Parts: sequence; C-alpha cells; structure tokens
Amino acid sequence: MKSTTLTEFTIKNALEMLEKGEISSVELVEETFNQIKRFDPEVKAFLHLFEEEALSKAKEADEKRKKGEKGSLLGIPLSIKDNICIKGYPTTCASKILENFIAPYEATVVEKLKVEGAVLIGKTNLDEFAMGSSTENSAFFTTKNPWDLERVPGGSSGGSAAAVAVRMGLGSLGSDTGGSIRQPAAFCGVVGLKPTYGLVSRYGLVAFASSLDQIGPFGLTVEDTAILLKAIAGKDEKDSTSAAVSIPDYLQVIHQNEKTKFTIGLPKEYLQTEMDPEIKQKIEEVVNLLRKTHEIKEVSLPHTPYAVATYYIIAPAEASSNLARYDGVKYGLRVESTNLIDMYKKTRAKGFGKEVKRRIMIGTYALSAGYYDAFYLKASKVRTLILRDFLEAFKQVDLLITPVTPTPPFRIGEKITDPLQMYLSDIFTIPVNLAGLPGISIPIGLNSEGLPIGLQIIGPHFREDLLLSLAYQIEKMIDQRFIPPLLKS
Amino acid sequence: MPISLEEVLKIAHLCRLEFDEEEAKKFSEELSKILDYFETLQTLDTQDVPPTFHAVKLPTPYREDEVKTFDNIEGLLANSPKSKDNMIVVPKVVKAPS
Repeated sequence: MKSTTLTEFTIKNALEMLEKGEISSVELVEETFNQIKRFDPEVKAFLHLFEEEALSKAKEADEKRKKGEKGSLLGIPLSIKDNICIKGYPTTCASKILENFIAPYEATVVEKLKVEGAVLIGKTNLDEFAMGSSTENSAFFTTKNPWDLERVPGGSSGGSAAAVAVRMGLGSLGSDTGGSIRQPAAFCGVVGLKPTYGLVSRYGLVAFASSLDQIGPFGLTVEDTAILLKAIAGKDEKDSTSAAVSIPDYLQVIHQNEKTKFTIGLPKEYLQTEMDPEIKQKIEEVVNLLRKTHEIKEVSLPHTPYAVATYYIIAPAEASSNLARYDGVKYGLRVESTNLIDMYKKTRAKGFGKEVKRRIMIGTYALSAGYYDAFYLKASKVRTLILRDFLEAFKQVDLLITPVTPTPPFRIGEKITDPLQMYLSDIFTIPVNLAGLPGISIPIGLNSEGLPIGLQIIGPHFREDLLLSLAYQIEKMIDQRFIPPLLKS
Repeated sequence: MPISLEEVLKIAHLCRLEFDEEEAKKFSEELSKILDYFETLQTLDTQDVPPTFHAVKLPTPYREDEVKTFDNIEGLLANSPKSKDNMIVVPKVVKAPS
C-alpha cells in the first residue's frame, strides 16, 4: 500500500485509487485486518470476524476489476450489525438465545452489497436485540468508545459506529428503531443515516419493533453514506413494507445541490429540552453559519414532550409480540423440560437478558386485557399527533435541524441501573422513528473533553436527497476530519 | 401506578417468563416507575384522534399464494435444538389415551 494510511481512507477515495490501480482490494482488506488486530482487542466492536473469506472475496474483486467488471462498492471492506443475516454466518443479536444461530438465508441488504462487490469483514456488537443506547446490554461484552475507552460508544449499533470511527472497515450497516444508528454515530464522531420507513428492505433484519425498525448506513463522510444508501435502498418483494419509490444517485445529487439554498426549521421544543450546554452551543454555532446562505425559521413540534412515553409503550408492545418466537422450539437455545409451557419459560428466562425481559414485560402489560386502551391505543393516538406536528412543520420548511443527544457519550455503568434515564437519552431521535421520517447524524465538533458532538437533520418522507445535500454542505463548511486520538498514537 | 408482585407474576406467565421472588420484586418497583412516567400521556385529549400503526401509509401488496421450496432446509434443521429425520423434536403435548 502507498503512503496513504487507512485513517485517511474514505469509500470514495478508496474506489478512486482502486480504479487507478494504486491499491488493490487485497491490500485494503489486509490493512483493515491489521487495524482490527491492533485496535479491536481494546475497542471490542466485533462479535465475529471473517478474515479468510474476506481476503478471498477481495481477491475476487481485484480479478473482476481487472476484467472491467463494475460495482459501486467493488472491493470495499464493510461490517454488518449482528442482527442482520448473512447466509451461513452467525446472527446472534448479541443474545444468549441466538448464540449458536447460523442464518439460513441472506438479508436483502446483504445481497445488494454483495452484488455491488462489497467485501464483508465481520459482524458488529449491539445491545441485545437492539434494545439499548450503550451496547452495555450485549450478552457478550460492552464496546468501548474509541474517543475515550471508559465511555460507551452509544447504541444499539455501537459496534458499527466504533468500527467505522477506528477504520476497521470503511463503512457499516446498522439498524435504528429509536435512534440506534444516529446516537452511536454522534457518540463516535461518524455519519449515520436512518432512512425513511420503507426505503430500505428489512428482509433478514431480526425484528424488534416492526413499525419503527429501519436498516441504514454508517460512513466516515456524507459522501460515503450517500454511496452506501444508494446501494441498499429500493423496493423488495420480500418486505411488504418496502416502498416503490425511485432511488436517485445520491452522490450525484449532493454534488449538484452544493449551493442549493434551503429553508431550515429549528424546533423550539427541542432547544428548550434540558441538554448539555456545549452541545447546545455547538448546534447554535453551526446554525449561525448556515444563516448566511439559508433561511432559518423557528418551528413548533408541540407534542415532542410526549414522544419518549409514546415510544416506550409502542416499541415494547411490538417487541413482546416479535420476541414470542424465541420459545426453544424451532431454533435457538432450548432448556429441556418434560412440559411444553415449562420449556418455554425456562428457555426464555435463561436466554434473554434483563433489558429484553423488561421490555417484554412492559409490552405485554400494555397490550393485556384492561390496559390496551389506556396504554397501547392511547400511545398510537399520540403517535398521530407527533406525526401531524412534523407534517405541519414541513409545510413551512424543507428540513429540520436538532441535536442528536442531550449529553456527550456517558461513562460505562453510568446509566445502566436506571432504565428511565437511559430511555431519556433518545429524546431527540425517537420522534423521527414514530413519524417514519429520515434522519441523519453528522459530527460537527468536539467538546472541551475532546468528545464528539453530533447534529441531526430531519427531512420529509423519502427526501434523503435533501437530507444528504444539507449534511454535505455542513460537512464542507466545517471542513474537519474527526479522528480519535487512539489512531494517532 | 404501583404494580403488585402478583401482577408481575401474572404478566410473566402471559409472556412465558419466570422470575424468582427477588427479581419479581425489583421488576414491580421498576415497572411501577416506568408506568408512572407513561401517565403523562393521559393529560392529552385524544378523543377524536385516530391511531397510527404505520407512519408511512403504503398500499397492501398482493402476490400469488404459491408454494415454493426453501433452498436451505438443512440450514433450518441445523438450527433446531433437536431434530429427527426431517422433523423438529419437541416435548409431548398430547396425553396418551388411557
């Protein structure tokens, strides 16, 4: 490999160098595994690694390129969150109940990445069944924040965010049900995009809360995120909730929109929420810079204060139903018993971790006779009000800007004993899932302790083109690479 | 809204979980606190508001109801805790006739 070190690689410039023959995919993948061997023993982003297979796929990619074959990700090393199925490989969801599960089929997004020639290097850690904001709920281990190893990387896709920040793979796929892509992206100083509900097929994503779950990409830059989104988006017959919308070339669009002026809304309820003063200040700085070229308007999303309660009824209700399939019968852990009901109970009691049990209990309660109207139905009605707030706002503005998190990355162990505090850390990301909107988190600076701060852009349904365009403008305006000190040592 | 120990055990049975007494006690405290937080929703008047179950409204897609063979039956059986021939072995659920 030439003088450029992996730290400076993006998907975009790696593709250019591959095309010019300045590097090979084999070199890129070898260097990626050197990086993993050097940093992952500390960061612990990966649950499974496939070095041998990745090298052989890289070799294939190099041969294809020589023959003139194309692929938008040909030879690019990527990682996948361990709740997305790669056929023939483990999919554990960081749960004991799926510890020995080997995916018998391929997720559509994985199939699409493979068609584009991507090289899959491993599967990343998460909170068990994607339930959590820190990876501390993983049944196997906690991933560390590469900016400060005593802090959490965020969650639930904390492994993916940390892997991208450390350049252990040039991009990753995660899933986002209430902030699980955007919050870890903010905590690790990378870009993370949660697409519109229905833009990306969820076939092969292990279901958590089906009306909220969405797969999305992590990249080091907005351009890389745009390349990845283009590769995975589109209608899929295997997912009845996937939408038949045309997918633009996002990379081309963001370049065309480099000077486009937008009307940007600032939701006043978000800025009134209690948050870390440095985060608030950084967001205001960026907004003030944007004022020079864009129109900035205050908007109101009056039902924001009800979003966390709404989410923590709806998501557990759906989870309690989705997770009923883990019963020890057809796959996964089984604790033997002579009696069927007893086998179910013993299997689930042993296989699920504490937070998963907590959410199944909340969800079952909210759906049970006598409480359905007061909890689940009520929350579903409030969801309508939250959605209407956004639809009203998008009549006045093109896009919204908000914080991603109310605090910087917290310390490992700091919030794990207080579930309600942990739930409140998703306050700015949850409403986006309830309304099915696209949202992106981009790094905009570091706080006085050297920890990354993210900014969220929210767009109307299926307007990822606008979302990425503004994100790209902000990234260029800030013009700063966020490299964890770990990589400079 | 306090959730009694009995109620915790009843919910646990409904969702096929089991807890020892200490765990159940902890759950009753935690769930009570979380349910209290949910009370905030009751202050909103939603009498005339329809519920939203999916935020993005899509038409129901239809397809032919055809039988197709899954291409990786071995893969499915390999994940089962116990299998015999082409079947998954489970505890007996019917009583032998007396």
